[in-house]
Amino acid sequence: MNKIFKNAAEALNDIHDGAIIMLGGFGLCGIPENCIAAMVLKGTKELTCIANNAGIDDFGIGLLLQKRQVKKMISSYVGENAEFERQLLSGELEVELIPQGTLATRCMAAGYGMPAIFTPAGVGTEVAIGKEIRTFNNKEYLLEYAFDADFAFVKAWKGDTEGNLIYKETARNFNPLMAMAGKITIAEVEELVSAGELDANQIHTPGIYVHRIFKGINYEKRIEQRTVRARLPNP
Amino acid sequence: MLNKNQIAQRLAKELKDGFYVNLGIGIPTLVANYIPEGIKVVLQSENGLLGMGAFPFEGEEDPDLINAGKQTITSVPGSSFFDSAMSFGMIRAGKVDLTILGAMEVSEKGDIANWKIPGKMVKGMGGAMDLVASAKNIIVAMMHSNPKGESKLLPRCVLPLTGIGCVKKIVTELAVLDVTKEGFKLLERAPGVSVEEIVAKTAGKLIIEGEIPEMEW
Repeated sequence: MNKIFKNAAEALNDIHDGAIIMLGGFGLCGIPENCIAAMVLKGTKELTCIANNAGIDDFGIGLLLQKRQVKKMISSYVGENAEFERQLLSGELEVELIPQGTLATRCMAAGYGMPAIFTPAGVGTEVAIGKEIRTFNNKEYLLEYAFDADFAFVKAWKGDTEGNLIYKETARNFNPLMAMAGKITIAEVEELVSAGELDANQIHTPGIYVHRIFKGINYEKRIEQRTVRARLPNP
Repeated sequence: MLNKNQIAQRLAKELKDGFYVNLGIGIPTLVANYIPEGIKVVLQSENGLLGMGAFPFEGEEDPDLINAGKQTITSVPGSSFFDSAMSFGMIRAGKVDLTILGAMEVSEKGDIANWKIPGKMVKGMGGAMDLVASAKNIIVAMMHSNPKGESKLLPRCVLPLTGIGCVKKIVTELAVLDVTKEGFKLLERAPGVSVEEIVAKTAGKLIIEGEIPEMEW
């Protein structure tokens, strides 16, 4: 069994038009930059993308939107992207906006082999329209189904040849959940090491969930909102 | 009338020692600057961090460490990172003691609208629907009126709802109000603001009992 691929182009070779793809990341933090770049080059179309955000105009999933490769987005927040808003208002792009916790937990359910979850998020709002409602302990919950994705693209900090993954800080976000949820999960990592080099106690995603892994290159890690505080002058 | 920082200062009085707190984007974020001395709170950022710290010093920004507003931040000693399902799991399970968030409208029943203006703004609800559906204690920080001068405290929300019957308290530039079964109950008024002005700018049912004290912080 070899999970190691040379690069993103090789790992993504069999992705077809119309595929349903999960992409990890929150904003531009922890996004699979190499996989997105390879998809742009490959030109695969009619994609359904499940991702918390839609990137910005010239980075992240925004790059796929610019090339009109996306048919449908399933996201919780898409505020930072003018091209996205234009395609949505003009009807070129189909969009399903869902609560962030619902998005995360529908990924989790897929990875845990559960067909559905119940959540109170969206009860009494337009999110609840057409959904089954059940009452537990006098509180209403919506039935939400597990996602069914063909591929998951995730980004980790470190990975090993067995596919075990470790994420860094808040770049973890949706990545471990989507890694568990994809029928085929492709992980790009900043550091790829041999089996045994990672501490097995510290693994976030066990290798069983990861089908392909490669070492990513040229990480840009763009910052969306650079906020800093002033240094106090030295006494 | 309070400015945004003063609203944040008044909100900070709601913090209690040992609270786990989720602060929304905008005025709520400013509350972190006014945590009273002697009180320890742990800030939760729903993208996967407990123990959010101050903004980093220039040159020390870490692109892998951001808050829910996508701003670069730091983490404090004793903090922890986790995935998004666990993050909303702790919110759903009621482990977060206090949520402070902004709103476009709040109804006298405690309904909140803050995610969509049909035909105009399509940004999405992010984590707001999860937070308002589950948090035990929800305080809204907002301006009393919208930019057109219309009251944001309404009998019923006009905009698409984020959640129903969930807001417990509201702090605006004019007043502090509880949301009760009977309607908005005026608790405090901003320095120099009259009860009459608050009455004039509140469209929903307003309950006024006795003397209304000025806010302190």
